Amino acid sequence: MSTKTTIPDFRVTPSIDQVGIEERVARFTSRSIKKESKMQGMKMVLSMIDLTTLEGKDTEGKVKQMCYKAAHLHDVIPGLPTVAAVCVYPSMVKTAKDALKGTGVKVASVSTAFPSGQSTHEIKISDTKFAVDNGADEIDMVISRGEFLKGNYKFVFDEIASIKQACGKARLKVIFETGELSTLDNIRKVSDIAMYAGADFIKTSTGKISPAATMPVTLVMLEAIRDYYYATGRMVGMKPAGGISTSKLALQYLIMVNETLGADWLSNEWFRFGASSLANDVLMQIAKQNTGVYQSSDYFSKD
Amino acid sequence: MSRIEIQKTYKIYIGGQFPRTESGRYYPLKNKKGDVMANICLCSRKDFRNAEVAARGAQAGWGSRAAFNRAQILYRIAEMLEGRKEQFISELILQGSTLAAAKIEVEVSIDRMVYYSGWCDKFQTIFSSVNPVASSHFNFSVPEPTGVVAIIADENTSLLGLVTAIAPVIAGGNTCIVLASESKPLCAVTFAEVLNSSDLPGGVVNILTGNSAELHEHFSNHMDVNAVIYYRNNKAEIKTIKENASLNVKRVFVYNKINISTEKAQSPYFIFDTQEIKTTWHPIENIGTAKAGY
Repeated sequence: MSTKTTIPDFRVTPSIDQVGIEERVARFTSRSIKKESKMQGMKMVLSMIDLTTLEGKDTEGKVKQMCYKAAHLHDVIPGLPTVAAVCVYPSMVKTAKDALKGTGVKVASVSTAFPSGQSTHEIKISDTKFAVDNGADEIDMVISRGEFLKGNYKFVFDEIASIKQACGKARLKVIFETGELSTLDNIRKVSDIAMYAGADFIKTSTGKISPAATMPVTLVMLEAIRDYYYATGRMVGMKPAGGISTSKLALQYLIMVNETLGADWLSNEWFRFGASSLANDVLMQIAKQNTGVYQSSDYFSKD
Repeated sequence: MSRIEIQKTYKIYIGGQFPRTESGRYYPLKNKKGDVMANICLCSRKDFRNAEVAARGAQAGWGSRAAFNRAQILYRIAEMLEGRKEQFISELILQGSTLAAAKIEVEVSIDRMVYYSGWCDKFQTIFSSVNPVASSHFNFSVPEPTGVVAIIADENTSLLGLVTAIAPVIAGGNTCIVLASESKPLCAVTFAEVLNSSDLPGGVVNILTGNSAELHEHFSNHMDVNAVIYYRNNKAEIKTIKENASLNVKRVFVYNKINISTEKAQSPYFIFDTQEIKTTWHPIENIGTAKAGY
């Protein structure tokens, strides 16, 4: 972060008009996208997916299988992109990195005692370094929600900044777990804190808590990114995660990004979907467009 | 003061809900004098798609219920039909039936539902077998539901055609999407209300109204449908359905030769048609010189 940027007082971040946000979101969901644009949109969605497996029961075999899927979404349909990245636990980073060699698919690793973030500073730093040393291109950290809700913003800011340092060249995504932050005002506040602390991406949720990503929450974060961009000139990426499982919904998110941040953000460098079941739904829709026939999940690989 | 009669709005039945067609299209249903009796939903491809998603979602739960519980629910449907007897009779008369014929149609429908209720936990026994094999395995075959069944019901009856089509399919643990009679659709909606108050989980039966010429294509080419049943006589539609079914090797049954008002239209073989046979090879220990038992 450049020293010229003045860090604002986070106690006075703008308050959010919840009714206004909901009405705006309702309008994103009423667009009609047809044929070619829809196909382009769906291919873009595929290229923005972080294919994710974050289970206690994950094994090397499961991760390898998912990595294969990441690079070969559905070979029956030619011309499909790969997904943007796979997202795994630090212990699986090496496996994923080896499996994805030469495919261009990035490896993202969660860290900082994901998903709760309840651990010591040293452990969080070494967790991050372990993932980076094993070859992770991206780090998805969780913030300390307890400290944030207590009002200890300095703690949250410093923690993000020190993890960013530990990341080195890896891009840092900061997960807020918005389902635990209760209000849109809090989400705006934590977005500002994370971006000023050096986040490359801000991300809604771990996927372990319901509600996960919702459109109103995402819109608040997108607006925070926009305001931060105007203030500092630095682009920050956005990653809604969890709960986005249909292509229709994913397209609505793209509309929201385009109309809030503009087309510059419409690439997998700046926008991602954290999802495990979204890919198959999009593939089924693409196959439907190609064949004219509604598809069955029986004919698509599970990841 | 004179009173304006409250007309019933006829909607469709998808996933336990009563939506209107997403297409916003309707067709007027007229009586013999040419007066409009009701506006009926003219369902579209997307309504069918939504119904299929609901049916697929409900299938695992319905298929894995205890057979006895399915029997109870089918019997409950019959009970609710009995309670609404008068309403069905008056709807049938509105659609051109005589009182005597209407009464018979409703009664046969109720009895047919009871008939299939009885078969719910019995057909498995008569269609299962223990098979002789020349190795140390206990080998047996049992019927299992095929999955989601798309049905184009009889055109000439309003209630009996629906019951005849739906009962054997759901008795076997399948879920279904049914296209009701286009010219006599009134009972379809009332029947959906009966289903909705009968402990039948939402999505097990989905009822659409509309035009077979438009919809048979979609009923038969959807890759996530496992069987199609057709009760009408249009040769061109039958041909298209058979061709489309080959896409994912759906089972196709054309029941256009049976007289649905007779007992010939009810049999456990109608249940069996939408079943798949699963055969299990269960290893058994070969003790001493004993051979496999069968």
